[in-house]
Amino acid sequence: MRHTISVLVENKFGVLARIAGLFSGRGYNIESLSVAPTLDPTVSRMTIVTSGDDRVLEQINKQLNKLIDVIKVWDVTQKEFVDRELVLVRVEVSKDKRDELFRVAERFEARIADVGERSVTLEATGDEARIEDLIRLLKPLGIREFVRSGRVAILKSEQK
Amino acid sequence: MEKTGAEILVQSLQEEGVEVLFGFPGGVVLNIYDVLFDSEIRHVLTRHEQGAAHAADGYARATGRVGVCMSTSGPGATNLVTGIATAYMDSIPIVALTGQVTTALIGGDAFQEADIVGITRPITKHSYLVKDVADLDRIVHEAFHIARTGRPGPVLVDLPKDVTSARTVHHKPQPVELRGYRPNLKGNPKQVKLAAEAIRKATRPVIYAGGGVILSGASEELIRLAELIQIPVTLTLLGLGGFPGTHELFLGMLGMHGTYAANLAVSDSDLILAIGARFDDRVTGKIEEFASNATVVHIDIDPSAISKNVQVDIPIVGDVKLVLKELLKELSGGSGQWVKVRERWLKQVRAWAEEHPLSYTPSKKKIKPQFVVEKVFELTKGEAIITTEVGQNQMWAAHYYKFNRPRSFLSSGGLGTMGYGLPAAIGAQMGCPDRRVIDIAGDGSIQMNIQELCTAVQYRLPVKVVILNNQFLGMVRQWQEIFYHQRYSQSCLATAPNFQKVAEAFGAKGYTLTHPDQVEPALKEALASDETCVLDFHVDREENVYPMVPPGHSIRDMLLGRGKKEVEKKVSIADRDKITG
Ligand SMILES: Cc1ncc(C[n+]2csc(CCOP(=O)(O)OP(=O)(O)O)c2C)c(N)n1
Repeated sequence: MRHTISVLVENKFGVLARIAGLFSGRGYNIESLSVAPTLDPTVSRMTIVTSGDDRVLEQINKQLNKLIDVIKVWDVTQKEFVDRELVLVRVEVSKDKRDELFRVAERFEARIADVGERSVTLEATGDEARIEDLIRLLKPLGIREFVRSGRVAILKSEQK
Repeated sequence: MEKTGAEILVQSLQEEGVEVLFGFPGGVVLNIYDVLFDSEIRHVLTRHEQGAAHAADGYARATGRVGVCMSTSGPGATNLVTGIATAYMDSIPIVALTGQVTTALIGGDAFQEADIVGITRPITKHSYLVKDVADLDRIVHEAFHIARTGRPGPVLVDLPKDVTSARTVHHKPQPVELRGYRPNLKGNPKQVKLAAEAIRKATRPVIYAGGGVILSGASEELIRLAELIQIPVTLTLLGLGGFPGTHELFLGMLGMHGTYAANLAVSDSDLILAIGARFDDRVTGKIEEFASNATVVHIDIDPSAISKNVQVDIPIVGDVKLVLKELLKELSGGSGQWVKVRERWLKQVRAWAEEHPLSYTPSKKKIKPQFVVEKVFELTKGEAIITTEVGQNQMWAAHYYKFNRPRSFLSSGGLGTMGYGLPAAIGAQMGCPDRRVIDIAGDGSIQMNIQELCTAVQYRLPVKVVILNNQFLGMVRQWQEIFYHQRYSQSCLATAPNFQKVAEAFGAKGYTLTHPDQVEPALKEALASDETCVLDFHVDREENVYPMVPPGHSIRDMLLGRGKKEVEKKVSIADRDKITG
């Protein structure tokens, strides 16, 4: 099963390497990972999407907690949470598909981040399913390139 | 007053109570060596950095204090790696100080640059690259704190040369405060109650204790618990000495080379009380069949050790000593009845022990390796510190030396590092000058760090090296005999140095012994001597270590000797692929 893990870490160099090394060294997989500082600049938050059975997840949790630079770990999948991904997609613009493109963009509340000579770059956010849907609809219109962020997640209310 | 980084480092080490440092100099650590020149800290110059790391480890295991080793950058630092990994696998507190190229050069493939922090990340508990001299004293204190607390382990501090020459003010050590690191010491009282209840109810309980008992100094509590409830005790390799080897409740070691009684008792038990042990595959054998009918109580300071390999029913996370104290409180009162309650189980266990005790066929013509270890035990009355190399020598030392005190058996269990024993003995002897320290070695392993004889001689350390010379990589040969149709591929060491002469060349005393009658007199003489001694015992070449559980089998299935096959099933090819060692 897939899990979204939120990790508070010391904002020091080498911490990302420690965490990545822990996952690779112990054979756990990382589907996506995002890191950025928090309100407290000495602390960063990592959101890691991983998968495994309960035992693997328990070990991931414990092994993360074992790292000195890890301050706190939550498996947000087990709580009420909101999660988002960001996608940037550059799509071909041709006369006949232009309207369709803008219809899709509107439906997904995608913004136009850049307009080029023969393409536009759309920017959209949403949970994973929504991003997948968007990509599915844009594909026939001619995706030149797309870049997806890792998932970020936040708990819906103050929870221990 | 401002001081240089090197001065601050050495002063911080002294504030941590460091008395001895094992190391080897080089370009980027010269600032530090210059300060050490006038320091009260004793520096032991090993002849290889691996030796320095193992010596720091041996010092830590023997004394319970943090061991410290130091090297230069690049090759010096990479030479420490095996020693750091050895300490990591066995949870031994050491601090490794490595020199690094100046900060401006880092990342540019400078001369003798190696990313040692990166290389050692998976084999250290934590590591630091000091970039600013202002952080140095704090980092040193954090390093010692992390190494010695919680589940201990190695910590590496990488020191760029310019940091050791930069100046700043040295601050008095502050209490270490790390928000991401607060080991849980006290066990949850509810869990302790549950454990006590399970223990009271059990009819066939066994204590399975490991290195955690020694690391937390809990031997006394372990003895009291075992005696109070009359539970037989088995120990892992690293646990040896944590419970007296001559105690009537002691079953011997368990696992791949465990005793018949220990392996059967664990397999038949209805309650396993695992204390400071981690259900390593060398202990459990086929994991699905390990104590499959038992309720498992597990006491360990490391939450990640719990239910990692075996599903635990009653976990207690905490310091073994503190938890055992609580458990004793919970169980005390109404004593006396346990002797009666336990009568049947203990009778059964003892019957197993009598049925197949550890044994070998004595000989009047050939020196049996087991006989040598027995003699070492007799002559030192179980009071020596024994280090080992890896292989058959290690297992015979574990079987035939009865350890009555903790911190007396120093052996690389988790990593199984050949070449560990001699440098570890040097470290142990530095830490315990009043005890006899003996390295029980194989002729293969001893050649891996034999240069450290020079170190022992230089510091006049009366370390004794007992080589059980079978002219084979014995344990490899044993596996090839049993699982590979006696095809002794690359395990024959017929070409070997004359160890007596090697010893003499280093300035140590050397002996060559070929007849059983020579064993006792030679050992007596060497043990009475204050010199570094190497005793080369030419032993029966094809002696095997028994019992042996073939890999992939339940620990119930033991080979008890040549031709005495307890395991009827032939070891299949599939099992062969599971073989690691
Ligand atoms: C550094 C290292 N290399 C290889 C091994 C694999 N190995 C395990 S036991 C052994 C044989 C050891 O031979 P020796 O030291 O002569 O001891 P004996 O088994 O004969 O007592 C080997 C090669 C190891 N444990 N460590």
